[in-house]
Amino acid sequence: MIGSLAGLLRRAWRHPSGRIGTAILLILVLTAVIGPAFLADPVVMPDVVAGATPPSAAHPLGTDHLNRDVLSRVVNGARVSLTVAALAVLLALTAGAAVGLIAGYFGGWIDALLMRVVDAALAIPRLFVLLLLLVVWERIPLYALVLVLGTTGWFATSRLVRGEVLRLKQEPFVTAAIAIGTGSWRMITRHLLPNAAGPVLVAATLGVGDVILLESGLSFLGLGIQPPTPSWGGMVLDARPLLLSAPWTAIFPGAAIVVTVLAVNLVGDALSAALDPRSA
Amino acid sequence: MSNLLDVKDLRIEFPAPAGRLAVPVDGVSLTLARGETLALVGESGSGKSLTALALLRLVPPPGRIAPGSRILLDGEDLLSLDPARLRAVRGGRIGIVFQDATTSLNPTLTVGSQLTETIRAHRKASRGEARERAIALLNEVGIPEPAVRFAAYPHELSGGLRQRALIAISLAGEPDLLIADEPTTALDVTIQAQILELLDRLRVSRGMAVLLIAHDLGLVAGRADRVAVMYAGQIVEEAATARLFRSPAHPYTQALFRSIPRIDTPVERLSPIGGGVPSPDAWPAACRFHPRCDQVLPRCSIETPPVVPLAPGEAVRCWLAVREKR
Repeated sequence: MIGSLAGLLRRAWRHPSGRIGTAILLILVLTAVIGPAFLADPVVMPDVVAGATPPSAAHPLGTDHLNRDVLSRVVNGARVSLTVAALAVLLALTAGAAVGLIAGYFGGWIDALLMRVVDAALAIPRLFVLLLLLVVWERIPLYALVLVLGTTGWFATSRLVRGEVLRLKQEPFVTAAIAIGTGSWRMITRHLLPNAAGPVLVAATLGVGDVILLESGLSFLGLGIQPPTPSWGGMVLDARPLLLSAPWTAIFPGAAIVVTVLAVNLVGDALSAALDPRSA
Repeated sequence: MSNLLDVKDLRIEFPAPAGRLAVPVDGVSLTLARGETLALVGESGSGKSLTALALLRLVPPPGRIAPGSRILLDGEDLLSLDPARLRAVRGGRIGIVFQDATTSLNPTLTVGSQLTETIRAHRKASRGEARERAIALLNEVGIPEPAVRFAAYPHELSGGLRQRALIAISLAGEPDLLIADEPTTALDVTIQAQILELLDRLRVSRGMAVLLIAHDLGLVAGRADRVAVMYAGQIVEEAATARLFRSPAHPYTQALFRSIPRIDTPVERLSPIGGGVPSPDAWPAACRFHPRCDQVLPRCSIETPPVVPLAPGEAVRCWLAVREKR
């Protein structure tokens, strides 16, 4: 039914939402990569006493309560937020795929054990675990935040991958591969993983949106990315007392969150539509 | 007697509802010599494909090969192999070609990588050597422009070429026995003939034995040395192909012949066999064919018919043969 991964991407590209989402994401990533070089230092406070100033020629998006350039902080925040989300999802994906492949392929008690662990982990709300961890671990470094977000996000993926493996094991080509003497390692890496990649890709894309929201939420609570490192959630937090007097300090980072998550979800929608054989 | 393959009393069991046991393959014995083609013929549900899978220990769970069954390959007991040795036999000594090449090839790998993978699983070869070998194999199975097709994905090939590619993969480990499980079912009639011809040519050039599984007796004519006819999990008749076509002994074999069109005799009407193959958890008592048999005797539903030898290597499981012998 589903051909190669390339075919999946091609079909996703045919959806308008896939193109729009990809275009927005591309612009965001490019801005995050090259933008900071042309902008003011996001932590420098040119005139603290002046406080928040409205958008002007010098500061197109205004300045925040410490007179820092909002545009620079939004762009630098994109760099941080996107990196954290991408790495956390990559980590979660790797762990989830590995556990799912092992459980699905070997079956028996290995499967039962791994899946009971996953069941238990899924029964604990992720947000509680994160809040608890971050309250205990004050001023968490970025790499640790990635680690924490990644290791709490792979459970659903492992189930998804396991389900795919169980389906694939019924496929004649898997039987055919066993019949020509394919060993476990090659079976998993060459036959099962590439054929399970489609649904995993969809889950990963939608997962990026989730993690961005989660990280923003945690930063908004002061538990995620720590100041002075700019983060969208943290910027909205700082803007709270100024919501009425200097709304630009909250609107632009807030809009950045919305646009990014929207773009990611558009791509995810296009991918999952492309995965549906009836759409081909 | 040194047979390449020696199957004795093969019995495959599946748990069935209400604590019963389904036995889709029940006491199958067959032998195959090097360079020989044996055709295993029967309707869907007769147990022929399962028999083939059992030779590679690929009976799908929860099914299992019952204790007391024996499968010897060159005298080596396949049922007591450790996993590493079993992997070496799969593909390395016994190759199998499944019926539908479209679903039997991994859609995400090129034909070439599936070939080289198999080659390197069974022998030491560098990437370059494996590639050369793979292209030679593609050429051997009659795929034009093998170097181009080497880099093609399965969906980029036609049905006939896919089946040829699948055959090439099954040959990559240089097996002594090739099982072809209805290798032409998914193909056009013209391509069918080409594929069967190819299998026969490969058998001769490589000295392989071929176990050809088919539901169509017409396909087997002139291509198999011997034919074993399977019904309801048992072999009901085994004979040299020429003798079987001249004078089928079992009423089931006779009925099979009546149900296929022939080009050399005026056709009145084809007569299909009434009813269907019974379910493996409820084989009829005594002779399993008696409910559908047009020559049924009173004893057929009471006593199990014996296997009556007709000539060396030829036998039939029928009460009629007992009566004629006297």
